[in-house]
Amino acid sequence: MKKILSKPESLKNAVLSYCPGCGHGIIHRLAAECIDELGVREKTIAVAPVGCAVFAYDYFNFDVTEAPHGRPPAIATGIKRTNPDKFVFTYQGDGDIAAIGMAETIHAANRSENITIIFVNNANYGMTGGQMAPTTLIGQVTETTPFGRNPEREGYPIKLCELLSTLEGTTYLERVAIYNPQNIIKAKKAIKRAFQCQIDGKGFSLVEVISNCPVDWGMTPLDSIKWVEETFIKSFPLGTVKDKINSII
Amino acid sequence: MTKKLVKGNIALCEGAITAGLKSYFGYPITPQNEIPSYFSRKMVELGRVFIQAESEIAAVSMVLGAAVTGTRAMTSSSSPGISLKQEAISYMAGMQVPALIVNVQRGGPGLGNISSSQSDYFQAVKGGGHGDYKIIVIAPNSAQEMYEAAYDAFDLAEKYRTPVMILADGIIGQMMEPIEFNRPEKKEFKEKEWILNGCKGREPRSIKSLLMKDGVLEKHNVKLQEKYKLISENEVKYELYMTEDAEIIITAYGISSRIAKSAVKLARKNGIKAGLLRPKTLWPFPSEIISSFAKPNVKFLSVELSHGQMVEDVRLAVNGRSSVEFLGKAGGGLVTEQEIIKKIQSKV
Repeated sequence: MKKILSKPESLKNAVLSYCPGCGHGIIHRLAAECIDELGVREKTIAVAPVGCAVFAYDYFNFDVTEAPHGRPPAIATGIKRTNPDKFVFTYQGDGDIAAIGMAETIHAANRSENITIIFVNNANYGMTGGQMAPTTLIGQVTETTPFGRNPEREGYPIKLCELLSTLEGTTYLERVAIYNPQNIIKAKKAIKRAFQCQIDGKGFSLVEVISNCPVDWGMTPLDSIKWVEETFIKSFPLGTVKDKINSII
Repeated sequence: MTKKLVKGNIALCEGAITAGLKSYFGYPITPQNEIPSYFSRKMVELGRVFIQAESEIAAVSMVLGAAVTGTRAMTSSSSPGISLKQEAISYMAGMQVPALIVNVQRGGPGLGNISSSQSDYFQAVKGGGHGDYKIIVIAPNSAQEMYEAAYDAFDLAEKYRTPVMILADGIIGQMMEPIEFNRPEKKEFKEKEWILNGCKGREPRSIKSLLMKDGVLEKHNVKLQEKYKLISENEVKYELYMTEDAEIIITAYGISSRIAKSAVKLARKNGIKAGLLRPKTLWPFPSEIISSFAKPNVKFLSVELSHGQMVEDVRLAVNGRSSVEFLGKAGGGLVTEQEIIKKIQSKV
């Protein structure tokens, strides 16, 4: 008999603290599988965010540091510049990367830091109970937009990949989703391409993963997946936003 | 050894480089601009890391990143910028990450002005950021001491796994003085058991300050306090000048201590038994030695470029056994020798 599926070595044998139906577990697994397949586990230094993935160091089976809220791109910069031979990635949520950490994100991208960011966009602040995120959709009800996000009051959802694509320093930007197997396969391909981009020394790569947050959205896991498919990705279209990997020699 | 005429800020850079500084992350602010400017050339020439960050917050976060990998990293700024750096300083204290932060103080509060000031004492020695922590604070009073403080800071930081701050001021940073580059270049560093460098051949590590499990943070805080006690016992540094028979002891650090020393000489010429006690570390504070001088016939005078910050720690050390007076100003002017003498004469 042949073993065709097992837990990636890059994941610890831990019980995840994520809510039932949450997408983080899948995204952790995709990152871990890619790191295993690329053979970089033993030279990986990852940066955990503040947010739902704050405990990432308890789940990933490689070196991980904590970071103050929003600062992972700066911290990854410090790690990678002093240790260019290490594999460095950050794992961040929408509030971390596009609200409090927007300056750090933009400038790390603009310097074309040779790091990778896995950006989990679930359109709200999950850890603190579902407040408005920079990516919350127009009309979306959250803990702090009880009447629905109103652009006159709260501005518009930020499309980070498109924003970063204007910077010359960015090499690879892709938005993916994980609401069905077909998209999970695509998401893994994108994460692997982003990681490979770093391994090849080609500069800044970021994969935005559209995820679901059933508990804070007040939905069943199934309804949350449906909402991603029918509503969320209409505002955040999937696909490659920028890819100049092949043009960098 | 031949002496070189350099600014305090440059002396500090050389001290850090000689100590094996691998990466510097900064952001422009007066009066510390010589530091990023000097490093921007020197570090690149040496094949080391220099980044002008997008903010003071990013700069100190880069330091945190470089430091968790066990390499020597530093940032520098001046008062308003140091306020921004408190976030990462608190994290580094909690995560027990060694690094150097330099504050070449300017006037405050707010944007204040760019003149020499010592009004960040509270922020430096009482914690500064959130949480129950201390960092080692070194207060040089010359270009030579800027060099030596930067050189020694990394060993201290690594010995105790703590951030270290050099608290200078505009004049100490800007003043040119002849100095001796008298320290050997550090090339070999002790292997560290806690760093993140990839988990090859060992279990993965994480460095964190978030400790959510019942009782774990309490234990961690007790451990930190034990470390701070050890630092207090071992790392206090001070200078005594003519204190043996002194009836009035001036306490002053940094630029104020240079003026105070001249005032002591002047006072002695006028038959006043004055002395100087200069803390070279502000935390840990030389409370014990101050306490040993405290008796009814000895008076203390704290001279600072603030409206009275270090004087509070002098009073705590004296604990009511001597009178403690204060002389200071903040916002541009220096305290003069004559003002000090006048204050002494009005009290002796």
